[in-house]
Amino acid sequence: MDWTALFLSLRLAGWTVVILLPVSVLAGRYLAYRQFRGKGVVEALVMLPLVLPPTVFGFYLLVAFGRGSPIGQWWQEVFGSQLVFSFQGLVVASIIFNLPFAIQPAQRGFEAVATELREAAACCGLSPWRSLWKVELPLAWPGVVTAMVLTFAHTLGEFGIVLMVGGSIPGETRTIAIAIYDRVQAFDDRSAAVMSLVLVGISLFTIALTFWLSSRLGRRLS
Amino acid sequence: MALEVMAQAAAPIPLDAVFRVASGELLALVGHSGSGKTTLLRTIAGLWRPEVARVSVDGQAWLDTAAGVNLPPHRRRLGVVFQSYALFPHMTAAQNVMAAMDAPDPAEAGRILDLVNLHGLAARRPAQLSGGQQQRVALARALARRPRALLLDEPFSAVDRGTRERLYSEVIALRAHLNMPVVLVTHDVNEAQLLADRMAVIEKGRILREGTTAEVMSDAQALRAMGIREVAVMLPATIAGHDADGLTRLETAAGPLYLPAVAGRPGAGVRVRIMAHEVILSRARPEGLSAQNILAGTVMRIVPGKGPAVTVHVAVGGHEILARITRRAVEQMALAPGDPVHAILKTMSVARDHVAQAPAGQWQAE
Repeated sequence: MDWTALFLSLRLAGWTVVILLPVSVLAGRYLAYRQFRGKGVVEALVMLPLVLPPTVFGFYLLVAFGRGSPIGQWWQEVFGSQLVFSFQGLVVASIIFNLPFAIQPAQRGFEAVATELREAAACCGLSPWRSLWKVELPLAWPGVVTAMVLTFAHTLGEFGIVLMVGGSIPGETRTIAIAIYDRVQAFDDRSAAVMSLVLVGISLFTIALTFWLSSRLGRRLS
Repeated sequence: MALEVMAQAAAPIPLDAVFRVASGELLALVGHSGSGKTTLLRTIAGLWRPEVARVSVDGQAWLDTAAGVNLPPHRRRLGVVFQSYALFPHMTAAQNVMAAMDAPDPAEAGRILDLVNLHGLAARRPAQLSGGQQQRVALARALARRPRALLLDEPFSAVDRGTRERLYSEVIALRAHLNMPVVLVTHDVNEAQLLADRMAVIEKGRILREGTTAEVMSDAQALRAMGIREVAVMLPATIAGHDADGLTRLETAAGPLYLPAVAGRPGAGVRVRIMAHEVILSRARPEGLSAQNILAGTVMRIVPGKGPAVTVHVAVGGHEILARITRRAVEQMALAPGDPVHAILKTMSVARDHVAQAPAGQWQAE
């Protein structure tokens, strides 16, 4: 059992969720309520990571983050370390490949809030921020929670992109999914089985948590 | 001290209207769906901006396209009751009311809920309230903002008839507390006549006719847009007693009036809406007639219309009753202004929701 890999994965998933939560709320709300030119293109771009093969997506990220790229150079100058094959690089990659999971369910959640309720909130004197906090978020919450749970679970399990961008450096980029693969390659089926079981447990727990949260919310509203 | 509105637009709905509502006055915008009346209301609220428009309250501009002023809805101090109430489903009645307050105050919320007869229901969520109760919460929430204008968008259309009658009475009673301009959007002419001081008939975004409720409701031409059978007057009356056979005897300046059971104690003031097309005129006092109500009066005016019908204004005991009869009948009877005449009204022709309690104070003037 590779505890370092497990904690690394949890840390990666935690950071991804923390950073994507505001993105999920703001981008989801914006896409739900605003009509603008090229909205379809934006929505398609957000969904792109879902359909691209992980290795292809990982390859492009590797090229984009590499020392030869403007992004890689900029990162090197500002932070003094390289973006590829580092934990920070994994976080950035994780944020990008989780965009569809973080934004789509939140967008659906906000779309479910009736236009009239938002108008009523404004007519009650609530500013757009207070309306978001007092009326929209409490009603769109199931969508946002779903988005975060999917993001968390998906980060724990992502393999191809992590391997392409981060490699398998213990304590830095070797996540639990990669550790499982390593163990299988080394014919250490027992360790692989234990780690797989741990992942199954965590996944079941997060799904149970989502169901419980949304049923509690449903009860509150009826 | 008034709400002044001017709006012009070509799309998505043609709009060209100017109107003014004084403080404490209730103006009903009456029209069919798609006439633009709700769009006018949304313009006042800031939920829609016509191409050219000006909305001001007490001289302060909320919207002035010429001057580039356009306050967002939350910066306009107004109360809105939406057609479907739009209550916040995750909040209790009290929380809904407090959401509209600058400084949430549970005691004040309780007081306002009491005012709309929701005592003891403050902790309920909207899903646990009946349609009529939800409507009252919506009204309480609109009032909690201490609005400088109150907007009611078809507020009674989603409740059953019995509830609607009760709500009418409550709104009439509540009027004593409302000192801001009130705009009621409705397609129901009866509702407008029961509740409004002034009326504006809207058709294709234009005001066909605006005036006091009595003026507009006696104008067959203007009401053509709403269906010609809407011409009617409000006759003030006092409940004299309830008879054993289910009829209520009312006392009017023109004599007794028998109607199907009217709620209220003897001595209570009511107003009865008498539809002009239900009134029969007779020169002689008829006998052997099933109709219970025969009011003696004098022909004041005979107003011809485009069709075969005319509107005869009859003075009965200082009030006016209208009769829609055919031009042919007027000729056969040789009716002329000044002639004595009897207005005959079937008891059963007055619908229950055409009787409203008399309003207090300035409202009696009508």
